[in-house]
Amino acid sequence: MSHDLLVRLILLLPLAGAVLLGVLPLFMPALRRREGLIGTIGTSVVVIPFAIATYLFVSYGGDPVTVSYFTWMEAAELSVDFAYRIDELSLIMTLIVTGVGGVIHLYSAGYMHGDPGFWRFFAYLNLFIFAMLNLVLANNLVVLFLGWEGVGLCSYLLIGFWYTDLKNSAAANKAFIVNRIGDFAFLMAMFLIFSELGSLSFDVLLTDAASVLSAETIDYIVLLLFIGATGKSAQIPLFVWLPDAMAGPTPVSALIHAATMVTSGLYLLARMSPIVLETEVVMMIIAVVGALTAIMAATIAITQNDIKKVLAYSTVSQLGYMFMAAGVGAFFVAIFHVLTHAFFKACLFLGSGSVIHSMEHVEHDLEHEGEDVSDFDPQDMRTMGNLQEYMPSTGWTYFIATLAISGIPLLAGFFSKDEILFKAFEYGYDGNTYAMFVWVVGVITAALTAFYMTRSYYLTFMGEERWPLADKIHPHESSWKMTVPLWILAGGSLVTGFLGLPAVIKDGKWNWIHHYLGANYGGPVAEASVSAHVPGSLEWGLIGLSSAIAVGVFFFARSMYLSQGIAFDVSLKERLGGLYELWEHKYRWDDFYDNVVVEALINQISRDGLAPFDSKIVDGAVNGLAGATQESSSLLRRIQTGVVQNYALALVFGVVLVIGLMIFGG
Amino acid sequence: MEVALNWYLGLSAILFSIGTLGVLLKRNAIVLLMSVELMLNAVNLTLVALSQSMGDADGQLLVFFTIAVAAAEAAVGLAIVIAIFRRKLTVDITEINLFKF
Amino acid sequence: MAAAPFMFFLLATVSVVAAIGMLVARSPVYSALWLVLNLFCVAGLYLTMNATFIGVIQILVYAGAIMVLFLFVIMLLNLDALPQLEEIDWGMVAGFVLGVVVLSQLLYVIASGFDLPMEAMGASAETGSAESLGIALYTRYALHVEVAAVLLLAATVGAVMLAQKRFE
Repeated sequence: MSHDLLVRLILLLPLAGAVLLGVLPLFMPALRRREGLIGTIGTSVVVIPFAIATYLFVSYGGDPVTVSYFTWMEAAELSVDFAYRIDELSLIMTLIVTGVGGVIHLYSAGYMHGDPGFWRFFAYLNLFIFAMLNLVLANNLVVLFLGWEGVGLCSYLLIGFWYTDLKNSAAANKAFIVNRIGDFAFLMAMFLIFSELGSLSFDVLLTDAASVLSAETIDYIVLLLFIGATGKSAQIPLFVWLPDAMAGPTPVSALIHAATMVTSGLYLLARMSPIVLETEVVMMIIAVVGALTAIMAATIAITQNDIKKVLAYSTVSQLGYMFMAAGVGAFFVAIFHVLTHAFFKACLFLGSGSVIHSMEHVEHDLEHEGEDVSDFDPQDMRTMGNLQEYMPSTGWTYFIATLAISGIPLLAGFFSKDEILFKAFEYGYDGNTYAMFVWVVGVITAALTAFYMTRSYYLTFMGEERWPLADKIHPHESSWKMTVPLWILAGGSLVTGFLGLPAVIKDGKWNWIHHYLGANYGGPVAEASVSAHVPGSLEWGLIGLSSAIAVGVFFFARSMYLSQGIAFDVSLKERLGGLYELWEHKYRWDDFYDNVVVEALINQISRDGLAPFDSKIVDGAVNGLAGATQESSSLLRRIQTGVVQNYALALVFGVVLVIGLMIFGG
Repeated sequence: MEVALNWYLGLSAILFSIGTLGVLLKRNAIVLLMSVELMLNAVNLTLVALSQSMGDADGQLLVFFTIAVAAAEAAVGLAIVIAIFRRKLTVDITEINLFKF
Repeated sequence: MAAAPFMFFLLATVSVVAAIGMLVARSPVYSALWLVLNLFCVAGLYLTMNATFIGVIQILVYAGAIMVLFLFVIMLLNLDALPQLEEIDWGMVAGFVLGVVVLSQLLYVIASGFDLPMEAMGASAETGSAESLGIALYTRYALHVEVAAVLLLAATVGAVMLAQKRFE
């Protein structure tokens, strides 16, 4: 079959699903309760594209295929086609989006069971998949931006899905507004590219740009693109929206805020990698920002008690890792980590969703027993414990994913994270000092990651039951619709790491992802060339080091939280003092934004500067104009005497003038 | 001495100007309408004179239509005068100022 | 003095006198009668130009129909002369000046640009005959005649609507 049709199907099926599920139930309320039907449609319009993408993946010949459907806009030199590009990078991303997306759709059918907005949820999810596919398949920046904004919109809609709670709406607004800042930078980058290059198509952009554009222009373009990416991918300083975004339903957190949308910034950088590599300064900024984000978010995650917040900060931290990889020129590793992260983080989020789901049942039972549940938070790990006994599937999959993210050898996270650290080390070894700093931060963060993830697992699934009336009320394992996706994702967390075996094994020949994506092997993703290669023994040493750290920290945290439970948090707090407090308050970023940006900059300027300007000068101009018109017309209206002869007089006067002009005017 | 075209045209100009003065000076609405008729008449005279001078009947056909339109105008104009008179009990044009601001 | 210029001067003088009479008459009835005289004179002038059809139409329609309508309305409304104005109306002064200016302009134009003899006038009695005009009207200008007819109908209906007494 032709690519034309297949790509069309991939894109249009989710859109059709979104329209179908979003519009029909709007007018036919009876349909809203047909959860089975809605779930089936919603899931299949994602699974079918996954199947098509798999076919495309298998039959991919090695040369990028572009399909153009129609010209979207044409103005002078600007010509934007609805064009899509199938190459190694977009295929991998499409597979992640539709694969993980499909699994999460299935999960949602179980998770959202009984919610009055079931149909709405699936409509939004399908719309999100459509937008995300636009983003990853686009062959020019404008269509990519369309998807970019589309996923932002869906993210907004889904964070605020339970919009009756003001807190959720506020979180949605926050995500939307913070993203706007990044989007603005992205737009500026697009303008700059167009004005300098005259085209926004990747065909031109990826081949000519590096040679045509001046070094300074590239600096600015990449910097602006990176700022755009910090918005969507939650990096310093624009990461603050992501933890709040956990207000949305958990499948949303898994799909949008862990597996797919937040990685679109990385995708953008990987897509533009031939240009990004041209600018060392911005690469350094990217790497350092990524490293700082990683360690900052990891330290915050240690102090969080909300199970989803831990995962949210963990996501920010892992995204930081990906940016580290991008910053040291190892874009394919970043995409590799996107891939593995999609599996284990989606698995963790869905697991947490399963936990929350059953804790909500506990809350319900407690209420039934006549307990006061106003303080009960089904997401708080302090009220959980020993869930492994009641929810074995959830527990085991969560455990596997925890091991994977912690970097325990032979699991997915181990390979991808280790590859990032190794690339950073290698880049530093090659003489780029900042990469060494990044490496050090990365190693520390790896230890922190292992710590907080182990903590979250043992607080949730092990130890004693801490909810009230624990001997009478027991949580239950979720339905198959939720556990099957968990096992699929846990399986992915187990094996996907083997797609990118490190260079020490068979000289990197088994690093499939590198061979598939890397520009050196005909792929679309460029990478930094290093002259000084790290000797094999040293590399083995590094692998050993990170393995030892991961395993050591895992067992340390395991023993601490297994023996002491939450009490260890308290002693940790006492030992670390102010530092812990700083972490607990999230480095006061939100306070900073509230006090400096919102209060001082926006409120002060608008209240004291812009508001008077608006009321005095802008309104004054308008009112003044109106007043002047009124005044002058009250004078002018005296001309209108209403007497016919005065009008006739004026008319004859005009005749005299015209005749005079004709006689004497030549 | 032969009758020349400009004699007719001159006479037409004089009649037209008298009609104009009537429109501008008379206060009686009906006389005003009469003055308009006089102006139309003056124009008709010009048309006929030029038509005969050039031996082309079109000018006189135009006069035919002018007379038809003048009849219509007089009918409507007088009806308006009647309607106004019913309301204001006067035909003094200076006192009829419905369009005053 | 030849017959034709004599007739012209006679009719022209009377028509101008009649027009001025219409202008200065105080009573609208007198104005109307002066205008009738003027219209007759102009009809006579048409005849001197051999425009017989138009001359007859002038008497029939203008002097006959339209002026009767005027007189009828004047009598219907039982109008008297309006009271004389006490003070000077500057609008009227301006109107008088403008009228004089228009006259001088028109005369200036005629004197400077239309110094033509009326050469075709005597020879073309055919042009103004009822036969030739009638043929043109009902062949070439048939549509225009129909439109004029519709216009007259509309004016009649409109006049009836405007002038009818409204019963509360």
